[in-house]
Amino acid sequence: MQFSKKDILDMESLSVDEITLILNTADRMKEISERPIKKVPTLRGKTVVLFFYEPSTRTRASFDIAAKRLSADSLSISASSSSMVKGETLIDTARNLEAMNPDVIVIRHSSAGAPHMLAGMLKPSIINAGDGMHAHPSQSLLDLMTVRENKGEISGLRIAIIGDISHSRVARSNSIGFTKMGAHVVLAGPRTMIPKGIQALGVSVTFHVEEAIRDADVIMMLRIQKERQQNFLFSSEREYSTVYGLTKAKLKKAKDDVLIMHPGPINRGVEIAYEVADGPYSIILDQVTNGVAVRMALLYLVTGGARNADAD
Amino acid sequence: MLMLIKGGRVIDPGNLDGTMDILIANGKIVEIKKEGMAGDEYPEARIIDASDKIVTPGLIDMHVHLREPGHEYKETIETGCLAAAFGGFTAICCMPNTNPVNDCRQVTEYILQKAREADTVRVYPVAAISKGSKGDGLCEYGELKEAGAIAVSDDGNPVKNSQLMRRALEYSKGFDLPVISHCEDLDLAAGGAMNEGGVATRLGLPGIPNVAESIMVLRDIALSELTGVPVHIAHVSTRESLRAIKDAKKRGIPVTAETAPHYFTLTDESVKKYNTNAKMYPPLRSAHDREAVCRGIADGTIDVIATDHAPHSPIEKQVEFDRAANGIIGLETSVSLALKLVENGVISMTVLVEKMSTNPARILGLENGLLIGRSADITIIDPERSYRVNADNFRSLSRNTPFNGWDMKGKAILTMVEGKIVYQEQ
Repeated sequence: MQFSKKDILDMESLSVDEITLILNTADRMKEISERPIKKVPTLRGKTVVLFFYEPSTRTRASFDIAAKRLSADSLSISASSSSMVKGETLIDTARNLEAMNPDVIVIRHSSAGAPHMLAGMLKPSIINAGDGMHAHPSQSLLDLMTVRENKGEISGLRIAIIGDISHSRVARSNSIGFTKMGAHVVLAGPRTMIPKGIQALGVSVTFHVEEAIRDADVIMMLRIQKERQQNFLFSSEREYSTVYGLTKAKLKKAKDDVLIMHPGPINRGVEIAYEVADGPYSIILDQVTNGVAVRMALLYLVTGGARNADAD
Repeated sequence: MLMLIKGGRVIDPGNLDGTMDILIANGKIVEIKKEGMAGDEYPEARIIDASDKIVTPGLIDMHVHLREPGHEYKETIETGCLAAAFGGFTAICCMPNTNPVNDCRQVTEYILQKAREADTVRVYPVAAISKGSKGDGLCEYGELKEAGAIAVSDDGNPVKNSQLMRRALEYSKGFDLPVISHCEDLDLAAGGAMNEGGVATRLGLPGIPNVAESIMVLRDIALSELTGVPVHIAHVSTRESLRAIKDAKKRGIPVTAETAPHYFTLTDESVKKYNTNAKMYPPLRSAHDREAVCRGIADGTIDVIATDHAPHSPIEKQVEFDRAANGIIGLETSVSLALKLVENGVISMTVLVEKMSTNPARILGLENGLLIGRSADITIIDPERSYRVNADNFRSLSRNTPFNGWDMKGKAILTMVEGKIVYQEQ
């Protein structure tokens, strides 16, 4: 199968076949990062711009390393260093970047839909590295890869995603991604953090964490942000961790071979107990490792790598 | 000069409905007669053939943003008036959220001066309820009325303080200035970019619940009941608001309401793909709400169709969705969209004229209707004229419409103000 998408904007616009191709490509890419010389010439001469309007450590580093391991030239622009602080609009900044002929623009932006707007106007491939509360497709793909790697198959699994669903692009992308690949997603959290109509994504919803944990094959905890207290979304970190946090006691009710995931950054002791984050069932750091492989696969596929060269 | 509008179906709700000729002299209607009876006596009259057309009292859009003074790059009073004439309106009310805000005699007079210079359609300035529309002190309604204000409203900046709203209703009554209320609970709507619901959840955009509107509609109804003073609810978009207004009317509370063409035409599905020309306040709602708005228009809960014409330039619209300004232009598509309601059997042509001419005039206390001796403010509509909307041809300075490229059937083809033709379709 050939990959024909110019842009990677969200999980909604990827087909099951495309997702499978990305995951298979990522599986092959992973080995490159395990070599003593972690570099292949595949994307030599390609330029990747990392355009980050919102702070990010993990995702930006991951894309940067992915580009470098494929020998692409990567360049990082952040909100504080961009012309945006001087009042330039997103479109003007992006058009200026386009004029320098990059092949891929990886964008993170606090506004939902910003990557879609650029994709409709610019020639280079756009990869969404997170837009507002909307989508984070590369995170969802690396989560799918990690679950598939550990469980062999995604179809038929029960995935519990717990926390502030409303504000989470990871929850949205994973709800769509895992459901598309045949898993059953259960969302859980306080009523204040479950957005209206989310069931339309094909997921089920519960307000009781224990209910979501029971029978789950995978538990994914989401970061809770302190600022949300100001919007009256929860009372205190203390109560949140007691009622909605993943503790050892709650984990006892889960399946023996349950996997614990977290997109990071983690608030230890709030949504996830210290010892749970590091426990044997935790695959949180595998997620990060696979992130590089998935992003290598995405850069490779959108630049038409599959047509021009081989990953080896 | 004499003018004869010949052979049209003349509709003036409660007054006339039939094929008639209207004779105009010196800007006034001088004769209205059954077809064929007026013509022969006045061979020197200029004839306007209106056969197969609808002839109505001049249409009034009581909710328009003209952007002058302050934001002339979006719209000027001159271009707004041209757009109004093109859309079939002989009169428009302009909202006070200009810069400076229309909260004093000088701004009202400035607007009226500019409107006189534009010399196109009638412009009735709506002044602010509170100084600077900031919600902390009543404007000088007496002076504003004297300067030419037609009503008061803090449109765009809802009156949060219920005591201020109560006093505004009571105080304005002394000057016969109707109060128009923009109903929005700022806390419930805070941060919202579109209608709360499945589409917003999927797009990852913060939602605005229906009750952010209806909770304030209910408050204003309660204050109208308390004071006995009428209140007019602007741009109604939700079924909950409609239920509240319908119930209040049944109980005899003097509340009136308007909606805009986009609320009876579109739903929040239009926001998909982050279309900033589908972003406005209140936001486009669900299909249930759209249906309720249509029912409300048909059953009289909604008195008026007004556009909330809100011009914005690409500077405000070609940006990230959550950062884009609220509002779309409407003057040049309103009649065609309202005619779709007639075409679909939601309302009759007579009811359309009520909502777009008779009722706004009644609420605002304006003289209106096709009567002998009245000013000849007349709109002629061709209900069969098919065309495709091309925003590039708009008279408005702005292009922010979700209806560009739409196929329409029916439009205003002639607009006459005081016997002067201000727009005529070629």
